[in-house]
Amino acid sequence: MNSTAYNYQNDISIRTEGLTKRFGNFTAVDNITFHVKKGEIFGFLGANGAGKTTAIKMLCGLSKPTSGIAIVAGYDVATQSEQIKKNIGYMSQKFALYDDLKVWENMRLYAGIYGMEEKKIAYRINEILIQLGFENEKNKFVKALPIGWKQKLAFSISIIHQPEIVFLDEPTGGVDPAARRQFWELIYATAEKGITVFVTTHYMDEAEYCNRICILVDGKIVALNSPKKLKETFAAQNIDEVFQLLARNANRT
Amino acid sequence: MIQVENIEKKYAKVNTLKDISLHVNKGEIFGIIGPDGSGKTTLFRILSTVLLADKGKACINGWDIVKDYRIIRNHIGYMPGRFSLYQDLSVEENLEFFASIFKTSIESNYYLIKDLYQQLEPFKKRRAGALSGGMKQKLALCCALIHKPDVLFLDEPTTGVDPVSRKELWDMLKRLKSEGITILVSTSYMDEAARCDHIALMLKGKFLIVDTPSNIVTQYNEKLWAVSSNTMAKLLIDLRSYPLIKSCYAFGDVHHITTMQTSSKNDIELQHDLHEYLEKLKHQDLFISNIKASIEDCFMVLAGSSSNTLHSTKNYE
Repeated sequence: MNSTAYNYQNDISIRTEGLTKRFGNFTAVDNITFHVKKGEIFGFLGANGAGKTTAIKMLCGLSKPTSGIAIVAGYDVATQSEQIKKNIGYMSQKFALYDDLKVWENMRLYAGIYGMEEKKIAYRINEILIQLGFENEKNKFVKALPIGWKQKLAFSISIIHQPEIVFLDEPTGGVDPAARRQFWELIYATAEKGITVFVTTHYMDEAEYCNRICILVDGKIVALNSPKKLKETFAAQNIDEVFQLLARNANRT
Repeated sequence: MIQVENIEKKYAKVNTLKDISLHVNKGEIFGIIGPDGSGKTTLFRILSTVLLADKGKACINGWDIVKDYRIIRNHIGYMPGRFSLYQDLSVEENLEFFASIFKTSIESNYYLIKDLYQQLEPFKKRRAGALSGGMKQKLALCCALIHKPDVLFLDEPTTGVDPVSRKELWDMLKRLKSEGITILVSTSYMDEAARCDHIALMLKGKFLIVDTPSNIVTQYNEKLWAVSSNTMAKLLIDLRSYPLIKSCYAFGDVHHITTMQTSSKNDIELQHDLHEYLEKLKHQDLFISNIKASIEDCFMVLAGSSSNTLHSTKNYE
């Protein structure tokens, strides 16, 4: 099936309609419909067990929806998962870096996995080293780096192939407050270059940095708007209050 | 209840713990707050008698952690950061197993874990490995409590746990405290500091400060402001170019900045000056207010020039 059949628009990175995933009689993701604009920072929040991971797995082409549609980077998750994998980046809290490889070797490895051209690889490695100020760390083993640096490296590697969208699954867990903020500035810079950022976090202050956030409770979307609008709607001081209000009544944790 | 004097530990020439001392009174919640890699887990392993320190002394309820390790193990509950229950045993079987090695039964101390266990009950036949992250944490805490320990060591119980469950867990710790249980807990979430009686802020194997949360906040002596406008990303950059700026960080829906203390300008004049400066740079809906520090602000000042912050953020502008 051709993806254009879904009237794919250029300024939309992710579009879902009634996306659903069932395991037996358990509905992990329940009929969710949303879109994410190109270059948007989209926060995907929910309690443990709300269905975030299942939804992300579907959007990354790793799990097939039971019903509904999801178009990611112009491809249908149900039928074109290979094309999706080439056009997205993914980073989780467990940075998938090889401790026993050097900084540049990690970059080289992932660039190869993404099937980038040799010439492009050398160029991108250099570009990232300069952007991160890592020129002197190029030949260091990853295990020797402080966690905040590993985190920035893992993020940069996840976008080494310049994907249309990057998925960040709790990227900032456990890092110190200053490093956590520097990391968000890196996210801002990435979004400004037009890469869509789809991010999950348990830090509610970070939710405030997103253009829009979506709150998932028991597999369903219960709120989707800009942080400012959500605070107005729920007469809350901050997003933590909004979250506590909505997620408190969840049946699944 | 817990007394630690000058503990040191080196791994491969690296000082994992440097001169760590702390005192925890009976029935107190003592929080160790710091990012990953600051040495929290090493300290927990030493105090729970599974690792030997290179230097220093520590006692739990008067028992020495080296000589009296056997007695200590009967009186403490230890919940490690990494999930370490038996993945192939069911929820129920794990709990029965932990009760039996401490020669007790689930029934005898059920009142302690009732609130937690009721949430687990629907899944009691499920393998522990198949539980969600939040459920695993709840089960692990039940297992650490089943022998009614005097002291509870909780290594990052809220890591990866959502804000609602985190709040529930802290409510649970408060109840355990009221049962007289002494709790040493570590976390990387700065906002949990307020739930502790005393805290230590930890970075790179050292305690930066040990005190009550309110005393730490009182000792903060920077001039701190919250600033917001209609364009927050640009505001961050513009604030960093303000002549009197000392530090500037995003902080939820506002930016927190510290400014130089100058004799030429008082607070009101400075606020006025900053307002004018930002207005010239076309910021609208400006909000500038002198604020009190949070624990996170304190941590950032105390951490100062840690290696994680060596690279200036200029690279991303």
